[in-house]
Amino acid sequence: MAETATSSPIKPAAQAGVGSTPVGRRLIDLPWWFIGIVLVILWAAVGILTRPNFNEAFQWIKVGIVTTLVTSITAYLLAIILGLVTGLGRMSHNVVIRNIARLYVELVRGIPMLVLIFFIAFVGVPAGIDLLHSLGEWFGSIGFTPFANVLAGLENQAVPMLARAIIALAVTYGAFLAEVFRAGIQSIGRGQMEAARSLGMGYGQAMRFVILPQAIRNVLPALGNDFVSMVKDSSLVSVLAVRDMTQIARLYAGSTFRFREAYVTLAVLYLTMTVILSLGVAAIERRLRKHE
Amino acid sequence: MNDVPIIMVKDMHKRFGDVHAVQGVSLEVERGKVIVIIGPSGSGKSTLLRCVNHLETPSSGEIWIEGDLLTTNPHQLNQVRAEIGMVFQLFNLFPHLTVLENVCLAQRIVRKRPRSEAERVGMAQLERVGIPEKAAVYPGQLSGGQQQRVAIARALAMDPKIMLFDEPTSALDPEMIKEVLDVMLALVKDGMTMLVVSHEMGFARAAADEMIFMDDGKIVERTTPHDLFNNPREERTKLFLSQILHH
Repeated sequence: MAETATSSPIKPAAQAGVGSTPVGRRLIDLPWWFIGIVLVILWAAVGILTRPNFNEAFQWIKVGIVTTLVTSITAYLLAIILGLVTGLGRMSHNVVIRNIARLYVELVRGIPMLVLIFFIAFVGVPAGIDLLHSLGEWFGSIGFTPFANVLAGLENQAVPMLARAIIALAVTYGAFLAEVFRAGIQSIGRGQMEAARSLGMGYGQAMRFVILPQAIRNVLPALGNDFVSMVKDSSLVSVLAVRDMTQIARLYAGSTFRFREAYVTLAVLYLTMTVILSLGVAAIERRLRKHE
Repeated sequence: MNDVPIIMVKDMHKRFGDVHAVQGVSLEVERGKVIVIIGPSGSGKSTLLRCVNHLETPSSGEIWIEGDLLTTNPHQLNQVRAEIGMVFQLFNLFPHLTVLENVCLAQRIVRKRPRSEAERVGMAQLERVGIPEKAAVYPGQLSGGQQQRVAIARALAMDPKIMLFDEPTSALDPEMIKEVLDVMLALVKDGMTMLVVSHEMGFARAAADEMIFMDDGKIVERTTPHDLFNNPREERTKLFLSQILHH
Protein backbone atom coordinates (compact mmCIF):
# COMPACT_ATOMS: atom_id res chain seq x y z
CA MET A 1 0.00 0.00 0.00
CA ALA A 2 2.68 2.49 1.06
CA GLU A 3 4.72 1.84 -2.10
CA THR A 4 1.77 2.47 -4.37
CA ALA A 5 0.93 5.65 -2.48
CA THR A 6 4.38 7.20 -2.84
CA SER A 7 4.84 6.12 -6.44
CA SER A 8 1.38 7.35 -7.38
CA PRO A 9 1.45 10.61 -9.31
CA ILE A 10 -1.93 11.65 -7.88
CA LYS A 11 -0.62 12.14 -4.36
CA PRO A 12 2.17 14.72 -4.52
CA ALA A 13 0.88 16.46 -1.37
CA ALA A 14 1.88 13.49 0.75
CA GLN A 15 5.48 13.80 -0.36
CA ALA A 16 6.14 17.26 0.98
CA GLY A 17 5.79 18.98 4.37
CA VAL A 18 5.03 17.38 7.73
CA GLY A 19 3.08 14.52 6.19
CA SER A 20 6.15 13.01 4.55
CA THR A 21 7.79 11.78 7.76
CA PRO A 22 6.22 8.94 9.78
CA VAL A 23 5.95 11.16 12.86
CA GLY A 24 4.36 13.94 10.82
CA ARG A 25 1.88 11.50 9.34
CA ARG A 26 0.87 10.37 12.78
CA LEU A 27 0.48 13.97 13.96
CA ILE A 28 -1.84 14.78 11.04
CA ASP A 29 -3.94 11.67 11.69
CA LEU A 30 -4.53 12.48 15.36
CA PRO A 31 -8.19 13.26 16.15
CA TRP A 32 -7.55 16.94 16.90
CA TRP A 33 -11.24 17.74 17.16
CA PHE A 34 -11.53 15.20 19.94
CA ILE A 35 -8.53 16.59 21.79
CA GLY A 36 -10.22 19.98 21.44
CA ILE A 37 -13.41 18.73 23.07
CA VAL A 38 -11.50 17.10 25.92
CA LEU A 39 -9.54 20.32 26.51
CA VAL A 40 -12.76 22.36 26.59
CA ILE A 41 -14.24 19.96 29.14
CA LEU A 42 -11.11 20.01 31.28
CA TRP A 43 -10.84 23.79 31.15
CA ALA A 44 -14.51 24.14 32.07
CA ALA A 45 -14.22 21.55 34.84
CA VAL A 46 -11.35 23.43 36.46
CA GLY A 47 -13.30 26.68 36.13
CA ILE A 48 -16.47 25.19 37.60
CA LEU A 49 -14.70 23.64 40.55
CA THR A 50 -12.56 26.66 41.42
CA ARG A 51 -15.09 29.47 41.07
CA PRO A 52 -17.63 29.56 43.93
CA ASN A 53 -20.61 30.67 41.81
CA PHE A 54 -20.04 27.99 39.19
CA ASN A 55 -19.37 25.43 41.87
CA GLU A 56 -22.69 26.25 43.53
CA ALA A 57 -24.50 25.83 40.22
CA PHE A 58 -22.76 22.49 39.72
CA GLN A 59 -23.76 21.29 43.21
CA TRP A 60 -27.39 21.99 42.30
CA ILE A 61 -27.40 20.58 38.81
CA LYS A 62 -25.55 17.35 39.59
CA VAL A 63 -28.62 16.23 41.58
CA GLY A 64 -30.40 15.91 38.25
CA ILE A 65 -27.80 13.61 36.67
CA VAL A 66 -29.51 10.52 38.09
CA THR A 67 -32.93 11.61 36.79
CA THR A 68 -31.48 12.34 33.35
CA LEU A 69 -29.81 8.94 33.20
CA VAL A 70 -32.78 7.02 34.61
CA THR A 71 -35.12 8.76 32.18
CA SER A 72 -32.85 8.10 29.21
CA ILE A 73 -32.08 4.47 30.01
CA THR A 74 -35.66 3.47 30.87
CA ALA A 75 -37.11 5.25 27.86
CA TYR A 76 -34.43 3.74 25.64
CA LEU A 77 -35.10 0.18 26.79
CA LEU A 78 -38.82 0.68 26.16
CA ALA A 79 -38.04 2.24 22.79
CA ILE A 80 -35.96 -0.81 21.81
CA ILE A 81 -38.90 -3.13 22.51
CA LEU A 82 -41.32 -0.81 20.75
CA GLY A 83 -38.91 -0.34 17.84
CA LEU A 84 -38.25 -4.05 17.42
CA VAL A 85 -41.97 -4.89 17.42
CA THR A 86 -42.74 -2.04 15.02
CA GLY A 87 -39.78 -2.83 12.78
CA LEU A 88 -40.94 -6.44 12.48
CA GLY A 89 -44.49 -5.18 11.97
CA ARG A 90 -43.35 -3.00 9.07
CA MET A 91 -42.22 -6.16 7.29
CA SER A 92 -45.20 -8.30 8.25
CA HIS A 93 -47.12 -10.16 5.56
CA ASN A 94 -50.30 -9.05 7.31
CA VAL A 95 -51.62 -5.86 5.68
CA VAL A 96 -53.27 -4.58 8.87
CA ILE A 97 -50.17 -5.01 11.03
CA ARG A 98 -47.96 -3.50 8.34
CA ASN A 99 -50.15 -0.41 8.07
CA ILE A 100 -50.51 0.09 11.81
CA ALA A 101 -46.72 0.00 12.13
CA ARG A 102 -46.30 2.45 9.25
CA LEU A 103 -49.01 4.75 10.66
CA TYR A 104 -47.23 4.92 14.02
CA VAL A 105 -43.86 5.67 12.44
CA GLU A 106 -45.23 8.38 10.17
CA LEU A 107 -47.35 10.00 12.91
CA VAL A 108 -44.35 10.32 15.20
CA ARG A 109 -42.17 11.60 12.36
CA GLY A 110 -44.69 14.28 11.54
CA ILE A 111 -44.90 15.79 15.03
CA PRO A 112 -42.10 17.76 16.73
CA MET A 113 -40.75 15.90 19.73
CA LEU A 114 -41.54 18.74 22.10
CA VAL A 115 -45.17 18.81 20.95
CA LEU A 116 -45.38 15.04 21.23
CA ILE A 117 -44.16 15.22 24.82
CA PHE A 118 -46.91 17.73 25.70
CA PHE A 119 -49.45 15.68 23.79
CA ILE A 120 -48.65 12.37 25.47
CA ALA A 121 -48.39 13.89 28.93
CA PHE A 122 -51.60 15.94 28.83
CA VAL A 123 -53.76 14.16 26.23
CA GLY A 124 -52.44 10.65 25.68
CA VAL A 125 -52.04 9.53 29.28
CA PRO A 126 -55.44 10.95 30.48
CA ALA A 127 -57.11 9.31 27.48
CA GLY A 128 -55.42 6.04 28.37
CA ILE A 129 -56.69 6.32 31.94
CA ASP A 130 -60.22 7.00 30.64
CA LEU A 131 -59.93 3.92 28.46
CA LEU A 132 -58.92 1.81 31.46
CA HIS A 133 -61.89 3.23 33.42
CA SER A 134 -64.36 2.19 30.71
CA LEU A 135 -62.63 -1.19 30.56
CA GLY A 136 -63.17 -1.41 34.32
CA GLU A 137 -66.87 -0.62 33.92
CA TRP A 138 -67.14 -3.32 31.30
CA PHE A 139 -65.46 -5.83 33.62
CA GLY A 140 -67.90 -4.72 36.32
CA SER A 141 -70.88 -5.26 34.02
CA ILE A 142 -69.84 -8.86 33.38
CA GLY A 143 -69.37 -9.42 37.11
CA PHE A 144 -65.60 -9.37 37.22
CA THR A 145 -65.56 -6.99 40.19
CA PRO A 146 -62.02 -7.31 41.63
CA PHE A 147 -60.49 -6.35 38.30
CA ALA A 148 -63.12 -3.65 37.78
CA ASN A 149 -62.37 -2.02 41.13
CA VAL A 150 -58.66 -1.85 40.44
CA LEU A 151 -59.21 -0.21 37.06
CA ALA A 152 -61.88 2.18 38.34
CA GLY A 153 -59.58 3.25 41.17
CA LEU A 154 -56.87 4.49 38.78
CA GLU A 155 -56.36 8.22 39.07
CA ASN A 156 -54.99 10.44 36.35
CA GLN A 157 -52.80 12.19 38.93
CA ALA A 158 -51.40 8.82 39.98
CA VAL A 159 -49.25 8.76 36.83
CA PRO A 160 -46.22 10.87 37.72
CA MET A 161 -44.80 13.31 35.19
CA LEU A 162 -41.55 11.31 35.13
CA ALA A 163 -43.48 8.28 33.87
CA ARG A 164 -45.25 10.42 31.25
CA ALA A 165 -41.95 11.84 30.13
CA ILE A 166 -40.46 8.35 29.79
CA ILE A 167 -43.50 7.16 27.81
CA ALA A 168 -43.24 10.17 25.50
CA LEU A 169 -39.52 9.65 24.82
CA ALA A 170 -40.04 5.91 24.33
CA VAL A 171 -42.86 6.48 21.85
CA THR A 172 -40.76 8.98 19.89
CA TYR A 173 -37.62 6.88 19.81
CA GLY A 174 -39.56 3.67 19.21
CA ALA A 175 -40.47 5.05 15.80
CA PHE A 176 -36.84 5.96 15.01
CA LEU A 177 -35.53 2.60 16.19
CA ALA A 178 -38.21 0.77 14.18
CA GLU A 179 -36.56 2.10 11.05
CA VAL A 180 -33.11 1.15 12.36
CA PHE A 181 -34.21 -2.42 13.07
CA ARG A 182 -36.00 -2.65 9.73
CA ALA A 183 -32.88 -1.56 7.88
CA GLY A 184 -30.83 -4.05 9.88
CA ILE A 185 -33.15 -6.93 9.11
CA GLN A 186 -33.29 -6.00 5.44
CA SER A 187 -29.49 -5.89 5.31
CA ILE A 188 -29.45 -9.66 5.90
CA GLY A 189 -29.54 -11.53 2.61
CA ARG A 190 -32.69 -13.37 1.70
CA GLY A 191 -30.73 -16.62 1.49
CA GLN A 192 -30.42 -16.69 5.29
CA MET A 193 -34.18 -16.83 5.76
CA GLU A 194 -34.47 -19.41 2.97
CA ALA A 195 -31.78 -21.63 4.49
CA ALA A 196 -33.46 -21.46 7.90
CA ARG A 197 -36.91 -22.18 6.49
CA SER A 198 -35.60 -25.05 4.35
CA LEU A 199 -34.41 -26.70 7.57
CA GLY A 200 -37.96 -26.63 8.91
CA MET A 201 -37.73 -23.55 11.15
CA GLY A 202 -40.82 -21.39 11.38
CA TYR A 203 -40.71 -17.70 10.50
CA GLY A 204 -40.43 -16.69 14.14
CA GLN A 205 -37.68 -19.21 14.87
CA ALA A 206 -35.72 -18.13 11.79
CA MET A 207 -36.06 -14.48 12.87
CA ARG A 208 -34.99 -15.17 16.43
CA PHE A 209 -32.08 -17.53 15.84
CA VAL A 210 -30.79 -16.55 12.41
CA ILE A 211 -31.87 -13.11 11.22
CA LEU A 212 -32.06 -10.97 14.37
CA PRO A 213 -28.68 -11.95 15.85
CA GLN A 214 -27.03 -10.81 12.62
CA ALA A 215 -29.27 -7.77 12.13
CA ILE A 216 -28.81 -6.43 15.66
CA ARG A 217 -25.06 -6.83 15.34
CA ASN A 218 -25.16 -4.77 12.16
CA VAL A 219 -27.15 -1.95 13.76
CA LEU A 220 -25.38 -1.90 17.13
CA PRO A 221 -23.39 1.26 16.27
CA ALA A 222 -26.59 2.99 15.12
CA LEU A 223 -28.36 1.92 18.32
CA GLY A 224 -25.48 3.34 20.35
CA ASN A 225 -25.62 6.67 18.55
CA ASP A 226 -29.36 6.84 19.13
CA PHE A 227 -28.80 6.31 22.82
CA VAL A 228 -26.46 9.30 22.86
CA SER A 229 -29.19 11.31 21.13
CA MET A 230 -31.70 10.07 23.68
CA VAL A 231 -29.57 11.43 26.53
CA LYS A 232 -29.55 14.84 24.87
CA ASP A 233 -33.24 14.80 23.95
CA SER A 234 -34.14 13.82 27.51
CA SER A 235 -33.53 17.49 28.34
CA LEU A 236 -36.92 18.17 26.71
CA VAL A 237 -38.72 16.47 29.58
CA SER A 238 -37.87 19.53 31.69
CA VAL A 239 -40.99 21.09 30.15
CA LEU A 240 -43.01 18.61 32.23
CA ALA A 241 -41.23 19.87 35.36
CA VAL A 242 -39.38 16.58 35.71
CA ARG A 243 -36.34 17.49 37.80
CA ASP A 244 -33.65 16.39 35.36
CA MET A 245 -30.39 18.33 34.88
CA THR A 246 -32.00 20.86 32.56
CA GLN A 247 -34.98 21.55 34.81
CA ILE A 248 -32.78 22.06 37.86
CA ALA A 249 -30.51 24.40 35.89
CA ARG A 250 -33.56 26.39 34.82
CA LEU A 251 -34.81 26.58 38.42
CA TYR A 252 -31.38 27.61 39.66
CA ALA A 253 -30.97 30.25 36.98
CA GLY A 254 -34.47 31.58 37.59
CA SER A 255 -34.02 31.95 41.35
CA THR A 256 -30.45 33.33 41.38
CA PHE A 257 -30.30 35.10 37.98
CA ARG A 258 -26.95 33.40 37.45
CA PHE A 259 -27.82 32.32 33.89
CA ARG A 260 -24.23 32.07 32.73
CA GLU A 261 -23.16 29.82 35.61
CA ALA A 262 -26.24 27.59 35.22
CA TYR A 263 -26.13 27.04 31.47
CA VAL A 264 -22.34 26.78 31.07
CA THR A 265 -22.32 24.10 33.75
CA LEU A 266 -25.32 22.36 32.20
CA ALA A 267 -23.79 22.31 28.72
CA VAL A 268 -20.48 20.96 30.02
CA LEU A 269 -22.27 18.20 31.92
CA TYR A 270 -24.18 17.06 28.83
CA LEU A 271 -21.03 17.26 26.73
CA THR A 272 -19.10 15.15 29.23
CA MET A 273 -21.82 12.51 29.28
CA THR A 274 -22.18 12.30 25.51
CA VAL A 275 -18.42 12.20 24.92
CA ILE A 276 -18.04 9.30 27.34
CA LEU A 277 -20.98 7.47 25.74
CA SER A 278 -19.65 8.10 22.23
CA LEU A 279 -16.32 6.59 23.24
CA GLY A 280 -18.25 3.52 24.40
CA VAL A 281 -20.05 3.31 21.05
CA ALA A 282 -16.75 3.63 19.18
CA ALA A 283 -15.28 0.84 21.31
CA ILE A 284 -18.23 -1.43 20.46
CA GLU A 285 -17.81 -0.61 16.78
CA ARG A 286 -14.11 -1.45 16.89
CA ARG A 287 -14.79 -4.76 18.61
CA LEU A 288 -17.42 -5.69 16.02
CA ARG A 289 -15.06 -4.88 13.17
CA LYS A 290 -12.35 -7.04 14.70
CA HIS A 291 -14.71 -10.01 14.82
CA GLU A 292 -15.54 -9.83 11.16
CA MET B 1 -46.28 -46.76 1.37
CA ASN B 2 -43.00 -47.48 -0.41
CA ASP B 3 -44.62 -47.79 -3.82
CA VAL B 4 -45.89 -44.20 -3.63
CA PRO B 5 -43.43 -41.86 -5.36
CA ILE B 6 -41.61 -39.85 -2.69
CA ILE B 7 -42.06 -36.67 -4.75
CA MET B 8 -45.01 -36.03 -7.04
CA VAL B 9 -45.47 -32.78 -8.92
CA LYS B 10 -48.77 -32.43 -10.79
CA ASP B 11 -49.29 -29.81 -13.47
CA MET B 12 -47.42 -27.19 -11.45
CA HIS B 13 -47.26 -23.58 -12.62
CA LYS B 14 -45.31 -20.71 -11.08
CA ARG B 15 -45.70 -17.11 -12.14
CA PHE B 16 -43.65 -14.13 -10.91
CA GLY B 17 -45.76 -11.21 -12.04
CA ASP B 18 -45.70 -11.42 -15.82
CA VAL B 19 -43.01 -14.08 -15.90
CA HIS B 20 -44.36 -17.60 -16.29
CA ALA B 21 -41.36 -19.42 -14.80
CA VAL B 22 -42.76 -22.94 -14.62
CA GLN B 23 -45.46 -23.86 -17.10
CA GLY B 24 -47.29 -27.02 -16.17
CA VAL B 25 -44.61 -29.42 -14.95
CA SER B 26 -45.48 -32.91 -13.78
CA LEU B 27 -42.86 -35.14 -12.25
CA GLU B 28 -42.63 -38.27 -10.15
CA VAL B 29 -39.54 -39.32 -8.25
CA GLU B 30 -39.18 -42.79 -6.79
CA ARG B 31 -37.49 -43.34 -3.46
CA GLY B 32 -33.72 -43.65 -3.77
CA LYS B 33 -33.56 -42.20 -7.26
CA VAL B 34 -31.21 -39.44 -8.36
CA ILE B 35 -32.57 -36.98 -10.89
CA VAL B 36 -30.36 -34.33 -12.46
CA ILE B 37 -32.11 -31.35 -14.02
CA ILE B 38 -30.33 -29.32 -16.69
CA GLY B 39 -31.43 -26.45 -18.87
CA PRO B 40 -30.53 -22.92 -19.90
CA SER B 41 -30.73 -20.15 -17.29
CA GLY B 42 -34.26 -18.93 -16.85
CA SER B 43 -35.67 -22.29 -17.88
CA GLY B 44 -37.41 -22.68 -14.52
CA LYS B 45 -35.27 -25.50 -13.15
CA SER B 46 -34.35 -23.73 -9.90
CA THR B 47 -37.92 -22.53 -9.46
CA LEU B 48 -39.18 -26.09 -9.87
CA LEU B 49 -36.74 -27.23 -7.18
CA ARG B 50 -37.73 -24.39 -4.83
CA CYS B 51 -41.41 -25.23 -5.28
CA VAL B 52 -40.83 -28.84 -4.19
CA ASN B 53 -40.26 -27.68 -0.58
CA HIS B 54 -42.48 -24.62 -1.02
CA LEU B 55 -39.70 -22.08 -0.64
CA GLU B 56 -41.72 -20.68 -3.54
CA THR B 57 -45.45 -21.27 -3.39
CA PRO B 58 -46.67 -22.72 -6.69
CA SER B 59 -49.24 -20.56 -8.49
CA SER B 60 -51.25 -23.68 -9.32
CA GLY B 61 -50.87 -27.43 -9.37
CA GLU B 62 -49.97 -29.88 -6.63
CA ILE B 63 -46.86 -31.06 -4.82
CA TRP B 64 -47.06 -34.37 -3.00
CA ILE B 65 -44.32 -35.47 -0.62
CA GLU B 66 -44.46 -39.08 0.60
CA GLY B 67 -48.12 -39.26 -0.31
CA ASP B 68 -49.09 -36.00 1.43
CA LEU B 69 -50.39 -33.04 -0.55
CA LEU B 70 -48.59 -29.85 0.48
CA THR B 71 -50.87 -27.03 1.59
CA THR B 72 -49.99 -23.52 2.69
CA ASN B 73 -50.41 -24.55 6.34
CA PRO B 74 -47.20 -23.29 7.95
CA HIS B 75 -47.12 -26.12 10.48
CA GLN B 76 -47.30 -28.78 7.78
CA LEU B 77 -44.71 -26.98 5.65
CA ASN B 78 -42.26 -26.79 8.56
CA GLN B 79 -42.66 -30.50 9.17
CA VAL B 80 -42.23 -31.40 5.51
CA ARG B 81 -39.24 -29.09 5.04
CA ALA B 82 -37.51 -30.75 7.99
CA GLU B 83 -37.57 -33.97 5.93
CA ILE B 84 -36.18 -32.30 2.80
CA GLY B 85 -32.60 -31.09 2.89
CA MET B 86 -31.70 -28.24 0.60
CA VAL B 87 -28.30 -27.08 -0.59
CA PHE B 88 -27.99 -23.65 -2.18
CA GLN B 89 -25.71 -22.19 -4.79
CA LEU B 90 -24.39 -19.60 -2.33
CA PHE B 91 -24.20 -22.04 0.64
CA ASN B 92 -26.19 -19.72 2.94
CA LEU B 93 -24.39 -20.82 6.08
CA PHE B 94 -25.22 -18.80 9.18
CA PRO B 95 -22.17 -16.52 9.52
CA HIS B 96 -22.77 -15.68 13.20
CA LEU B 97 -22.55 -19.33 14.24
CA THR B 98 -19.62 -21.76 14.24
CA VAL B 99 -19.62 -24.69 11.85
CA LEU B 100 -20.85 -27.05 14.54
CA GLU B 101 -23.53 -24.59 15.66
CA ASN B 102 -24.66 -24.29 12.04
CA VAL B 103 -25.08 -28.04 11.89
CA CYS B 104 -26.82 -28.23 15.27
CA LEU B 105 -29.22 -25.26 15.25
CA ALA B 106 -32.14 -26.80 13.37
CA GLN B 107 -31.64 -30.16 15.04
CA ARG B 108 -32.13 -28.47 18.38
CA ILE B 109 -35.06 -26.18 17.64
CA VAL B 110 -36.88 -28.19 14.97
CA ARG B 111 -36.03 -31.78 15.94
CA LYS B 112 -35.86 -30.80 19.65
CA ARG B 113 -32.74 -32.86 20.16
CA PRO B 114 -30.76 -32.18 23.34
CA ARG B 115 -27.43 -30.45 22.84
CA SER B 116 -25.32 -33.58 23.39
CA GLU B 117 -27.24 -35.59 20.82
CA ALA B 118 -27.29 -32.74 18.29
CA GLU B 119 -23.53 -32.31 18.65
CA ARG B 120 -22.94 -36.03 18.27
CA VAL B 121 -25.04 -36.15 15.09
CA GLY B 122 -23.46 -32.89 13.88
CA MET B 123 -19.91 -34.17 14.34
CA ALA B 124 -20.81 -37.43 12.59
CA GLN B 125 -22.10 -35.46 9.59
CA LEU B 126 -19.05 -33.20 9.56
CA GLU B 127 -16.93 -36.35 9.44
CA ARG B 128 -19.07 -37.63 6.60
CA VAL B 129 -18.29 -34.51 4.54
CA GLY B 130 -14.65 -34.64 5.60
CA ILE B 131 -14.15 -31.55 7.78
CA PRO B 132 -14.63 -32.45 11.45
CA GLU B 133 -11.53 -30.39 12.27
CA LYS B 134 -13.36 -27.17 11.32
CA ALA B 135 -16.17 -27.64 13.84
CA ALA B 136 -15.20 -24.65 15.99
CA VAL B 137 -14.46 -22.29 13.10
CA TYR B 138 -16.78 -19.61 11.69
CA PRO B 139 -17.97 -20.03 8.09
CA GLY B 140 -16.18 -16.85 6.98
CA GLN B 141 -12.84 -18.57 7.57
CA LEU B 142 -13.64 -21.49 5.23
CA SER B 143 -13.10 -21.87 1.50
CA GLY B 144 -16.15 -22.07 -0.76
CA GLY B 145 -15.82 -25.83 -1.13
CA GLN B 146 -15.57 -26.29 2.63
CA GLN B 147 -18.59 -24.02 3.18
CA GLN B 148 -20.66 -26.02 0.74
CA ARG B 149 -19.68 -29.26 2.45
CA VAL B 150 -20.75 -27.80 5.79
CA ALA B 151 -24.03 -26.78 4.17
CA ILE B 152 -24.53 -30.38 3.04
CA ALA B 153 -23.71 -31.63 6.55
CA ARG B 154 -26.19 -29.12 8.01
CA ALA B 155 -28.93 -30.52 5.78
CA LEU B 156 -27.96 -34.14 6.45
CA ALA B 157 -27.99 -33.64 10.22
CA MET B 158 -31.78 -33.39 10.02
CA ASP B 159 -31.91 -36.97 8.66
CA PRO B 160 -33.74 -35.87 5.53
CA LYS B 161 -35.46 -38.33 3.21
CA ILE B 162 -34.86 -36.14 0.17
CA MET B 163 -32.00 -33.82 -0.76
CA LEU B 164 -32.43 -30.91 -3.14
CA PHE B 165 -29.31 -29.39 -4.68
CA ASP B 166 -29.70 -26.02 -6.39
CA GLU B 167 -26.57 -25.53 -8.51
CA PRO B 168 -24.31 -26.57 -5.61
CA THR B 169 -21.03 -26.07 -7.48
CA SER B 170 -21.83 -23.02 -9.64
CA ALA B 171 -20.33 -20.52 -7.21
CA LEU B 172 -17.17 -22.52 -6.58
CA ASP B 173 -13.66 -22.11 -7.93
CA PRO B 174 -12.83 -25.02 -10.25
CA GLU B 175 -10.42 -26.67 -7.83
CA MET B 176 -13.12 -26.95 -5.17
CA ILE B 177 -15.82 -28.49 -7.30
CA LYS B 178 -14.49 -32.02 -6.95
CA GLU B 179 -14.59 -32.12 -3.14
CA VAL B 180 -18.27 -31.19 -3.20
CA LEU B 181 -19.13 -33.63 -5.98
CA ASP B 182 -17.31 -36.39 -4.10
CA VAL B 183 -19.51 -35.79 -1.08
CA MET B 184 -22.58 -35.85 -3.32
CA LEU B 185 -21.45 -39.10 -4.98
CA ALA B 186 -21.01 -40.69 -1.56
CA LEU B 187 -24.58 -39.67 -0.75
CA VAL B 188 -25.79 -41.31 -3.94
CA LYS B 189 -24.04 -44.49 -2.89
CA ASP B 190 -25.85 -44.36 0.45
CA GLY B 191 -29.16 -44.46 -1.44
CA MET B 192 -30.32 -40.86 -0.85
CA THR B 193 -33.19 -39.58 -2.99
CA MET B 194 -31.76 -36.55 -4.76
CA LEU B 195 -33.03 -33.87 -7.05
CA VAL B 196 -30.06 -31.97 -8.44
CA VAL B 197 -30.00 -28.85 -10.59
CA SER B 198 -26.47 -28.86 -11.98
CA HIS B 199 -24.47 -28.71 -15.16
CA GLU B 200 -21.77 -31.03 -13.85
CA MET B 201 -22.06 -33.58 -16.61
CA GLY B 202 -19.47 -35.89 -15.08
CA PHE B 203 -21.60 -36.12 -11.95
CA ALA B 204 -24.75 -36.66 -14.02
CA ARG B 205 -23.16 -39.49 -16.00
CA ALA B 206 -21.87 -41.19 -12.88
CA ALA B 207 -24.82 -40.71 -10.55
CA ALA B 208 -28.08 -39.84 -12.28
CA ASP B 209 -30.77 -42.46 -12.72
CA GLU B 210 -32.58 -40.03 -14.93
CA MET B 211 -31.99 -36.63 -16.44
CA ILE B 212 -34.48 -33.91 -17.14
CA PHE B 213 -33.90 -31.20 -19.70
CA MET B 214 -36.01 -28.10 -19.07
CA ASP B 215 -36.51 -25.15 -21.34
CA ASP B 216 -38.94 -22.27 -21.20
CA GLY B 217 -40.62 -23.52 -18.01
CA LYS B 218 -41.38 -26.98 -19.39
CA ILE B 219 -39.83 -30.42 -19.25
CA VAL B 220 -38.58 -31.00 -22.78
CA GLU B 221 -37.03 -34.39 -22.32
CA ARG B 222 -36.69 -36.92 -19.55
CA THR B 223 -34.46 -39.90 -20.07
CA THR B 224 -31.35 -41.75 -18.84
CA PRO B 225 -28.03 -39.91 -18.90
CA HIS B 226 -26.78 -42.34 -21.55
CA ASP B 227 -29.66 -41.58 -23.92
CA LEU B 228 -29.59 -37.87 -23.23
CA PHE B 229 -25.92 -37.55 -24.05
CA ASN B 230 -25.79 -40.04 -26.92
CA ASN B 231 -29.08 -39.67 -28.72
CA PRO B 232 -31.18 -36.75 -27.51
CA ARG B 233 -34.57 -36.76 -29.21
CA GLU B 234 -35.45 -33.07 -29.16
CA GLU B 235 -33.74 -30.40 -31.23
CA ARG B 236 -33.62 -28.02 -28.25
CA THR B 237 -31.83 -30.64 -26.16
CA LYS B 238 -29.26 -31.21 -28.89
CA LEU B 239 -28.66 -27.50 -29.22
CA PHE B 240 -28.24 -27.01 -25.48
CA LEU B 241 -25.92 -30.00 -25.11
CA SER B 242 -23.78 -28.80 -28.01
CA GLN B 243 -23.41 -25.49 -26.22
CA ILE B 244 -22.37 -26.86 -22.83
CA LEU B 245 -20.30 -29.77 -24.20
CA HIS B 246 -18.38 -27.54 -26.59
CA HIS B 247 -14.93 -28.94 -25.78
